[in-house]
Amino acid sequence: MNYSPVIGLEVHVELNTKSKMFCRCSADYFGKEPNTHTCPICLGLPGALPYINKEAIVNCIKIGLALNCKVNPTSLFERKNYFYPDLAKGFQISQYRYPLCVEGWIEIEGKEGVKKIRINRAHQEEDTGKLTHISSETLIDFNRSGVPLVEIVTEPDFTDVEEIRDYAKKLQQMFRYLGVSNADMERGDMRLEANISVRPEGSEELPPYRVELKNINSFRFMVAAVEYEIKRQIAAIEAGEKLSQETRGWDEDKKETYLQRSKEEAHDYRYFPEPDLPEIKNDMQNVEKLKAQLPELPWEKAKRYQDELGIKKIDAGIISEDKKNAQLFEEVLKQAQKEGINPQDLANHIINKRPNVDQTSTSQIIENIKNKTIGVIGGDSELEELAKQAMEQDPKAVEDFRGGKENSIQVLIGAVMRLSSGKANVAKLKPLLTKLLLENKN
Amino acid sequence: MLTKDQVRHVAKLANLSLDDEEVEKYSQQLSNILEYIEQLNEVDTSNIKPTFNVSDNVNVLAEDQIGTSLTQEQALANASVKKDDFFVTKGVFNE
Amino acid sequence: MSNNITSLSLVETIEALERKEFSEEDLNSAYLERISTLNEKLGIFLEVKKNTSGIPAGIKDVIITKDIKTTAGSKILSNFIPQYNATVVERLLTQNISIIGKTNCDEFAMGSSGENSSFGVTKNPWDLSKVPGGSSSGSAAAVSADLCVFALGTDTGGSIRQPASLCGVVGLKPSYGRVSRYGLIAMASSLDQPGSFTKTVADSRKVLEWISGGDTYDSNAKESKFIPSTTLKNLKGIRVGVPQEYFEEGLDKGVEKVIREAINKLEELGAEIVEVSLPHTEYAIATYYIIIASEVSTNLARFDAIRFGNSRDNFGSEPKRRIMLGTYALSSGYYDAYFSKAAKVRTLIKQDFEKAFEKCDVIVGPVSPTTAWNLGEKISDPLTMYLSDAYTIPASLAGIPGLSIPCGFSEGLPVGLQILGKYMDDETVLGVGEVYEQATNWRKEKPKL
Repeated sequence: MNYSPVIGLEVHVELNTKSKMFCRCSADYFGKEPNTHTCPICLGLPGALPYINKEAIVNCIKIGLALNCKVNPTSLFERKNYFYPDLAKGFQISQYRYPLCVEGWIEIEGKEGVKKIRINRAHQEEDTGKLTHISSETLIDFNRSGVPLVEIVTEPDFTDVEEIRDYAKKLQQMFRYLGVSNADMERGDMRLEANISVRPEGSEELPPYRVELKNINSFRFMVAAVEYEIKRQIAAIEAGEKLSQETRGWDEDKKETYLQRSKEEAHDYRYFPEPDLPEIKNDMQNVEKLKAQLPELPWEKAKRYQDELGIKKIDAGIISEDKKNAQLFEEVLKQAQKEGINPQDLANHIINKRPNVDQTSTSQIIENIKNKTIGVIGGDSELEELAKQAMEQDPKAVEDFRGGKENSIQVLIGAVMRLSSGKANVAKLKPLLTKLLLENKN
Repeated sequence: MLTKDQVRHVAKLANLSLDDEEVEKYSQQLSNILEYIEQLNEVDTSNIKPTFNVSDNVNVLAEDQIGTSLTQEQALANASVKKDDFFVTKGVFNE
Repeated sequence: MSNNITSLSLVETIEALERKEFSEEDLNSAYLERISTLNEKLGIFLEVKKNTSGIPAGIKDVIITKDIKTTAGSKILSNFIPQYNATVVERLLTQNISIIGKTNCDEFAMGSSGENSSFGVTKNPWDLSKVPGGSSSGSAAAVSADLCVFALGTDTGGSIRQPASLCGVVGLKPSYGRVSRYGLIAMASSLDQPGSFTKTVADSRKVLEWISGGDTYDSNAKESKFIPSTTLKNLKGIRVGVPQEYFEEGLDKGVEKVIREAINKLEELGAEIVEVSLPHTEYAIATYYIIIASEVSTNLARFDAIRFGNSRDNFGSEPKRRIMLGTYALSSGYYDAYFSKAAKVRTLIKQDFEKAFEKCDVIVGPVSPTTAWNLGEKISDPLTMYLSDAYTIPASLAGIPGLSIPCGFSEGLPVGLQILGKYMDDETVLGVGEVYEQATNWRKEKPKL
């Protein structure tokens, strides 16, 4: 019997708001002195009360809208209760029954081609403090406590690791495009958790168990863990084992997943509506406005570049990945098209030459492209080769220049142009020839 | 109504440690209270919306501005155990 | 001289200071002297500050005071020195009020007798063998015994109104959201309100004006401050509702007599007395305990001895009991049966009041079914203790304002008249109370200490 994986993903993204989710401490905690960005609220001191950061709500809604979610007209925060040293209040203010955004989707690509992944929800919550384990002690820094998080949960629609890769990449691009987060997995701005089970191929029933893969801090390890876990589960089922609800981590040394928590020890979060926070009522007209104001998302751009401009798929992907690059491309494109340059050439130039976005003007780029389309040879070693050849072939011009006839250099420049069928980069040639002529004086 | 095992489980969820005497005592007292609370089942609430908040505020949101934080000294002031700039607790499994 | 100073109300004290009858230093000395002779036997103040300026007020020890030890009556916080002030404290400090001390209270505001503090029992100044009521036991007793000009307390299910009634002083629970809860060590978030114990209703109005209004911390507080409006001269045109459910079995006959006389007085003063019904009253206690236990079980989760405080085995039995009740009620599978159900019955209780207020402007009745009982009498059975809050709990669930005002004595012990008003109509409640107060002389009675 063959088995197929059934995988759902949870992404937590840290928002780059100035202040925290429920207090006005600075949310910029990375690399700061421990416990210097705290207050009674994010430290969970007695008597403290939460007060919602408006920008965080707007950003969560933007994320949901970009994922084609429905925004709930009424949304509530709820208390998620459990004890852990990094959780100052002994509960996290999160969302449960009435999240901000629900029922969205995103198109990704994997082994099976293009596929729609359903988004169950995008909701708002707060981050915990940071723990550092040192022998028998655990040190706690609460600078990160209370930083706004958005949690995005998919339905278990993933079936292979390539899809997971594409999803994570698209989400990261999207957060950066929306300007809501740096989404840097290394810094912990973006975290990934997977829920994995397997079922007989062809079956549509959801398996009666799920294994959560948690606390895996690099994308590479997550992919390895998912692949390992799929194999482990299939082997276990084939050996007649009954699989149950579990939480597992990844052991990078042994290259295997290991049990962290079983069903019996699973948390009972005892969710109930947060009594300290009033309802959020979302005005649908404002939501529509927000939606209209969303930037064109990277995959929308890529598609448009392919469909409308005939750009190769892979190139369209590369350019649209970075918002600044895409903006540069689109700006230059207008002028470029007027001058008869074809969009694919512009794309090639931007990808290969990587012009500095802040320092290169549109006209400069266009000129460079024009030069390149007649095939400019600009490489230093190539040019040097050609220059030396020209010097060998015309020793008189060399002698003349060295004797003081500056203009003789033009003869040599002409010679290089002939040798290179007109493709040599003239601007670079002159100083190069000058250098070569002067250094070989003997 | 509330067995001793249930009391122990609830105490664990609530991060409270109870001795056997307490488990016995609370199991009786809580059972009495829960029995008293059963009377809520007499009330017909079929079309009633729950009240979670009696202040009719809605959309209470702050501008995203940085305010004042406690100093590190103030933050750590009431901790019984500290190490340099950190709060300390006995080792926890890296979950 | 000392006796006179300490029996003055807040308004009288302010006027006397303006007339330079005595100095702020004299004022504080007078109160400190009384405290030094009476505090130990009454068990009222946990911390005393020897100030020489400002008008002295007592602050219930569940209210956070910067640099002044705040224990909430619990061994968990026996060494806790807060780094910030509660909003209500900040506001008093700007009015030239000084904190003469932190008053004793039932642990984490859980109790109705003043016997649940980890730092000793508070006694009723009228009879030292009796309870002062709770949970704001110390604050009520302090004002009753003239150990401060006024005091702040908190009321979640009657914790201001009930001890006020048992100690013969004015106690106000403002409408929920009228006063910011920032800096109140939370008991039940959706019910807690800071309020005052004062010697007169005029004082109560003044304190409410000072402490009310939104801040940038309590999301449930209303923006606007309480602004006192024209005071009533009599009760003509005021419809006073009397709820039949507050006069049924369980109400002590002696207390009932006093309350009925007070209601007659209201009628004499021009009020129209109207019979009203609050049909879901009998379910209020059950509703209340599910909701508050659930909320407090999570509010007390932060006490893990890491950032502050001592370990969780320092909780007394009432907090432990309520934490477990709440944890159970919220636990997997029980949300609908308990918390959600209670929240729906809460809606019905709220609607009871809304319907009754279509027929009347205020609702009056007893605060407590009995006068102060003997120390130790009800402590062994928690449920019996819970049942003594039958008349105060419904108003807390509905969020409406409630005043307790002295209206007589039964067997030598004070009885308080409860005046309830529409949500955010604290002014009418105070107005009616003041007319009654001015037309009677209960205020002149003081415990013999």
